[in-house]
Amino acid sequence: PGSRLTPTGAGQDVGRSCILVSVAGKNVMLDCGMHMGFNDDRRFPDFSYITQNGRLTDFLDCVIISHFHLDHCGALPYFSEMVGYDGPIYMTPPTQAICPILLEDYRKIAVDKKGEANFFTSQMIKDCMKKVVAVHLHQTVQVDDELEIKAYYAGHVLGAAMFQIKVGSESVVYTGDYNMTPDRHLGAAWIDRCRPNLLITESTYATTIRDSKRCRERDFLKKVHETVERGGKVLIPVFALGRAQELCILLETFWERMNLKAPIYFSTGLTEKANHYYKLFITWTNQKIRKTFVQRNMFEFKHIKAFDRAFADNPGPMVVFATPGMLHAGQSLQIFRKWAGNEKNMVIMPGYCVQGTVGHKILSGQRKLEMEGRQVLEVKMQVEYMSFSAHADAKGIMQLIGQAEPEHVLLVHGEAKKMEFLKQKIEQEFRVNCYMPANGETVTLPTSPSIPVGISLGLLKREMAQGMLPDAKRPRLLQGTLIMKDSNFRLVSSEQALKELGLAEHQLRFTCRVHLHDARKEQETVMRVYSHLKSILKDHCVQHLPDGSVTVESILIQAAAHSEDPGTKVLLVSWTYQDEELGSYLTSLLKKGLPQAPS
Amino acid sequence: MAAHLKKRVYEEFTKVVQQQQEEIAAKKLRLTKPSKSAALHIDLCKATSPADALQYLLQFARKPVEAESVEGVVRILLEHYYKENDASVRLKIASLLGLLSKTSGFSPDCIMDDAINILQNEKSHQVLAQLLDALLAIGTKLPENQAIQMRLVDVACKHLTDTSHGVRNKCLQLLGNLGSLEKSVTMDAEGLAPRDVQKIIGDYFSDQDPRVRTAAIKAMLQLHERGLKLHQAIYNQACKLLSDDYEQVRSAAVQLIWVVSQLYPESIVPIPSSNEEIRLVDDAFGKICHMVSDGSWVVRVQAAKLLGSMEQVSSHFLEQTLDKKLMSDLRRKRTAHERAKELYSSGEFSSGRKWGDDAPKEEIDTGAVNLIESGACGAFVHGLEDEMFEVRIAAVEALCMLAQSSPSFAEKCLDFLVDMFNDEIEEVRLQSIHTMRKISNNITLREDQLDTVLAVLEDSSRDIREALHELLCCTNVSTKEGIHLALVELLKNLAKYPTDRDSIWKCLKFLGSRHPTLVLPLVPELLSTHPFFDTAEPDMDDPAYIAVLVLIFNAAKTCPTMPALFSDHTFRHYAYLRDSLSHLVPALRLPGRKLVSSAVSPNIVPHEDPSQQFLQQSLERVYSLQHLDPQGTQELLEFTIRDLQRLGELQSELAGVADFSATYLQCQLLLIKALQEKLWNVAAPLYLKQSDLASAAAKQIMEETYKMEFMYSGVENKQVVIIHHMRLQAKALQLIVTARTTRGVDPLFGMCEKFLQEVDFFQRCFIADLPHLQDSFVDKLLDLMPRLMTSKPAEVVKILQTMLRQSTFLHLPLPEQIHKASATIIEPAGESDNPLRFTSGLVVALDVDATLEHVQDPQSTVKVQVLYPDGQAQMIHPKPADFRNPGPGRHRLITQVYLSHTAWTGLSHLARMGRKMCSWGSYPCLEPCQVEVRLLLAYNSSARIPKSPWIEGGEVSPQVETSIEGTIPFSKPVKVYIMPKPARR
Repeated sequence: PGSRLTPTGAGQDVGRSCILVSVAGKNVMLDCGMHMGFNDDRRFPDFSYITQNGRLTDFLDCVIISHFHLDHCGALPYFSEMVGYDGPIYMTPPTQAICPILLEDYRKIAVDKKGEANFFTSQMIKDCMKKVVAVHLHQTVQVDDELEIKAYYAGHVLGAAMFQIKVGSESVVYTGDYNMTPDRHLGAAWIDRCRPNLLITESTYATTIRDSKRCRERDFLKKVHETVERGGKVLIPVFALGRAQELCILLETFWERMNLKAPIYFSTGLTEKANHYYKLFITWTNQKIRKTFVQRNMFEFKHIKAFDRAFADNPGPMVVFATPGMLHAGQSLQIFRKWAGNEKNMVIMPGYCVQGTVGHKILSGQRKLEMEGRQVLEVKMQVEYMSFSAHADAKGIMQLIGQAEPEHVLLVHGEAKKMEFLKQKIEQEFRVNCYMPANGETVTLPTSPSIPVGISLGLLKREMAQGMLPDAKRPRLLQGTLIMKDSNFRLVSSEQALKELGLAEHQLRFTCRVHLHDARKEQETVMRVYSHLKSILKDHCVQHLPDGSVTVESILIQAAAHSEDPGTKVLLVSWTYQDEELGSYLTSLLKKGLPQAPS
Repeated sequence: MAAHLKKRVYEEFTKVVQQQQEEIAAKKLRLTKPSKSAALHIDLCKATSPADALQYLLQFARKPVEAESVEGVVRILLEHYYKENDASVRLKIASLLGLLSKTSGFSPDCIMDDAINILQNEKSHQVLAQLLDALLAIGTKLPENQAIQMRLVDVACKHLTDTSHGVRNKCLQLLGNLGSLEKSVTMDAEGLAPRDVQKIIGDYFSDQDPRVRTAAIKAMLQLHERGLKLHQAIYNQACKLLSDDYEQVRSAAVQLIWVVSQLYPESIVPIPSSNEEIRLVDDAFGKICHMVSDGSWVVRVQAAKLLGSMEQVSSHFLEQTLDKKLMSDLRRKRTAHERAKELYSSGEFSSGRKWGDDAPKEEIDTGAVNLIESGACGAFVHGLEDEMFEVRIAAVEALCMLAQSSPSFAEKCLDFLVDMFNDEIEEVRLQSIHTMRKISNNITLREDQLDTVLAVLEDSSRDIREALHELLCCTNVSTKEGIHLALVELLKNLAKYPTDRDSIWKCLKFLGSRHPTLVLPLVPELLSTHPFFDTAEPDMDDPAYIAVLVLIFNAAKTCPTMPALFSDHTFRHYAYLRDSLSHLVPALRLPGRKLVSSAVSPNIVPHEDPSQQFLQQSLERVYSLQHLDPQGTQELLEFTIRDLQRLGELQSELAGVADFSATYLQCQLLLIKALQEKLWNVAAPLYLKQSDLASAAAKQIMEETYKMEFMYSGVENKQVVIIHHMRLQAKALQLIVTARTTRGVDPLFGMCEKFLQEVDFFQRCFIADLPHLQDSFVDKLLDLMPRLMTSKPAEVVKILQTMLRQSTFLHLPLPEQIHKASATIIEPAGESDNPLRFTSGLVVALDVDATLEHVQDPQSTVKVQVLYPDGQAQMIHPKPADFRNPGPGRHRLITQVYLSHTAWTGLSHLARMGRKMCSWGSYPCLEPCQVEVRLLLAYNSSARIPKSPWIEGGEVSPQVETSIEGTIPFSKPVKVYIMPKPARR
């Protein structure tokens, strides 16, 4: 037994999440993502690493997808259809619903726009999705007799989940991407105190502690509001899923609250389909949406309408959400070109922009942009930046570790330098081992397997009845016989063991002599011993018997004068082996001598 | 029965206590009817199977058992218990034992021995737990009996080692409820050593079952509630439980820690892994703060709530709760709050955000970053951002309480509160606005904060806007730009939601009077005056212009230089507004003009004492001169009433008292007048007219007494007695008048009987107050009661008549705080000439908005009445949710009243409406009509009457007098035009 873990993607890196875990002999693949940064073979994980030869299905017990972002599920059709995997793929219902939309979109861009050959086809996506098994929140799914998985809520995007993988008594928790602070449409990640052997957590924001989201939201709303009141137009370039919905909800509720009339548009496309799923999976959203959907589903927007190309030239204020998010192509860029010349207008960039895109240029303050065809576009509109990110920050990660109380922590999905800091913090504050393997590097975790021992009910009850007070902290001595037979262990009472083995019982008694320097009479010595023991052993029954001996529970103490030295008394202490603990304690106590009696 | 009772009462009504005891005895005799116990016994014997027996028991449990037969029933149950083998039946019996021992009037000590006995032999854990529950019921019923308590505690301790969690739970509950408060030495003698209950319970903090752990903590809390001082040692034990796996344990542990921290705030505890020591309350505060980021929201709510009440915590720890060190890529970053503050102080407010404005600054030493904050750090930051709104609300409340006790903290938490104004849940927003209002004395809003606050004015929820207006009323603004900003936003608000008019005006009134010096430099701009040119005169009816004027005039009150800046028309408008909106526009000292009616201005109250004295003196005068000749008394009363009424008008603080006393005197005056009728003694039928006057007086007195009883808040029992006494006199008067005017004796019999019943009722209700009523009407009446009981109606009337004349005038003790309930309907205003049109037969909703002052429990008492022109009256009960409570003693009713009417046709309506109608024939009338809307105060006379213990028992048949329900109109009616249109076909 023991766990082995190898990231084939996302090890000290963001993107292409794909982690192989072997828990107690069961092999599980966590996520199957693509890398945004590459267009060649490197965009997909190296699946040949998993089995040098032989089928993947034979090697992997199951595949788990944490959420629908392409860097977590992008390579799935390739993996299952082109490389060949027929085992089960587990994901949550929203992921199952939205994932194919994104895959299809991805395929379209890759094949139709970039003209790539040897890419997976629409049919492959469909076939791949047929292998998917849905897992609901907190549902425990038995993959096979030993392997079971369980999903926890992760925030981040709709349907994102953390997974617990459990084989026997060993368990691993994989967080996927998660968010510990709730936002306008999703709740916060939550896990119970499951104490896994290993927690694999993302660490995108390992070195960041974020400010309250309220200020950000307020700033955002205030800016949009002011611009609209001025009669200006607001452009918000977004990626179609995830943040876009949050911003929609934010604006929608604000419009509702403030009774605003200016139109809000959402550029169509895959969004509409996705929005449909957002409406359906209400149980995966946050408290407010869940509570109010009976009156009105918050995703049925009242103020947000579908965008038409012609609307961009309409006079008067408006707010438009358009894809893509970095202003590098498509509708958002078209609208940007139209509106850029008017200083009343505003563009709000809600996320990070890659270098080289128009978004990055305007954010870094460039006011004159060269467009294709040698045109120069002068940007007079206001440019704003708002960061809405849905990953846990350093505090959030620590909070989750605190909630789950793992034995080991492993960091993935982050930059090496940042991980280093977090690793050090985790080790320092939780005193657990923390690992951060690179891609292809294998981490082996030693586990101390627990061996179950059966105890007979009679023995247990007898022991429970003996001890008056429960005290979890103090170890309790239990007497019994351990029988190992047919590779199982049983703890039974000694009588029963004797009976089973057909043996007779022997009494074993220890006796010990303790020399005491005491010139007084035997009787007096005994009295002194008695009072001494009485004062020390308050919890035990100490008795002075008429025949001149002292008993502590079942231990007998007798005193006799030393045959040679009358100044020394010999104390005879005798106990059975069941009382070994108390007996040896008593002798050591008596060996220290009696306290000086007040003379 | 009633007659029997009465006799007893008159024989010995002074020995109050004894009489009640006799009552109980009398009841016992009566209840030896076919007893329930016998029936039960038969049933149980009949039962063939356990299921049957269970059925019988269940049936039996549906009906209550009289106190007298409880013991018998218990015996039968026990007997059956011994025989029963089925655990479920025994369980039911055990639960019945608990129920029965709770029966009032039954002393359960007699069944305790049996209960303990059966406990000894019981094997089933469930039954054991249920039996212990029954013992708990017995124990709580006998709180004085130390010996029994000791015994029960002993039993509980014995069963603590049971293997079932249910039994241990119950044992701990028993210990918590009955564990002796002080180690009583006397008990030692009886062989029951006093146990250290706390130690026993404390040992179970580490039980293996979470339910038992919870029960142990709860028991400990129960001990605390019962007044036992918990040991400080418990603190450490409880702290360990904070990391328990189970949420209910953690939740209870948080409470326990809080309790201990309140008990020993100043003791010193060491910080683990260091040599430092801190105060216990600080340590506990830190620990509870840590629980604000617990995994379970139940615990989070609990922790956040408790934080608010930890006022002894040192400010250093308190301020940490708002602290969160930000970083980005290992570099220190400033929070948005800090940036806003910096921007503001550098004079660059509202410069707009630049890219990279929030760029991280200096590098952070990686070693120094502490990701898991120990203690209080950022607790509120987390709490306010929590996923569950319950936690957020709790955090806001806690913030409020802490900020009220610490001004410096109030200043610091402002940013966070302002942020909460944009929460997604309205309740949270509202709560944070209220919180802000409560701490507004301690804070001054920065301009950027004010900006955020004012943005909320556009909220579509009326509650939010009004709460915000209230907040602005008592906010301190630091700059004149701030005032200007507030004014601009309020005017925007006014334009968007015209219905907010009154609230906005009121808000500006306070804003002006609080910041006269800040308004001063704004005046020329606001009035758009020009140094050289005359500007156009603004429209006087424009609500926005009135709003500006309200602000300026209120500021001008304490700023004598301001009127110099006014132009001519401003003065004219002042005069107009001073008249029309006198509650918003104060009297100003204008150059060249006299101060308008400064003497009576309610704002200039020189001293309170003289008027208070005056009130007292005039009342005393009345009470002392009661034996004067009737003429003098009448005159004096009339004068005093007049004085009091005037006083009430002048002095709003004394209005309640003055009105209350005046009403009382008025009643007395009416009574005297009625008795003064010269022709009283002459044979009745001839003088119908005179007696008419008397009966009218009686009627009016009745009405007035109801008003006195129900329209004033703060009326105490001693006043109620006097009021009822007055009413009784009125009833006597009525009886006499009726006796004089009606012929025949038969109706009189009934009336006499009824009156005597009422006297009897009065006597029983106010038995405790009777000694204060020496020499009064009732006093004399009761003396003669035995005689009255037996005499004929004619005699009764005669006696009553003489007694009424002889009776003295009772002194009405004035209550401490008394306020008259009043209501003003703000909307509909009743000024509109545009009728509300709707299709006849369908419904139209009329918005009603009213403020209620000093109404107790408005949800159940306030009704809306609509009077249609054809005399139909409709009573509407507003929903409880329609009432808001903006301040102590004040309520706001915002509701919708649904009106409906068929199109009025025909002349019968016309006659009633008193309108001129031309030749409509049978066509529907298209003329708009007025309906009247008014508020009523419903009362129920049984509500006020103190219940004597044996009325509660349900033995006494409902009295005639007990529940007289009625309504008192307490607002001016408002007329609304409506116009039903005939339905189109």
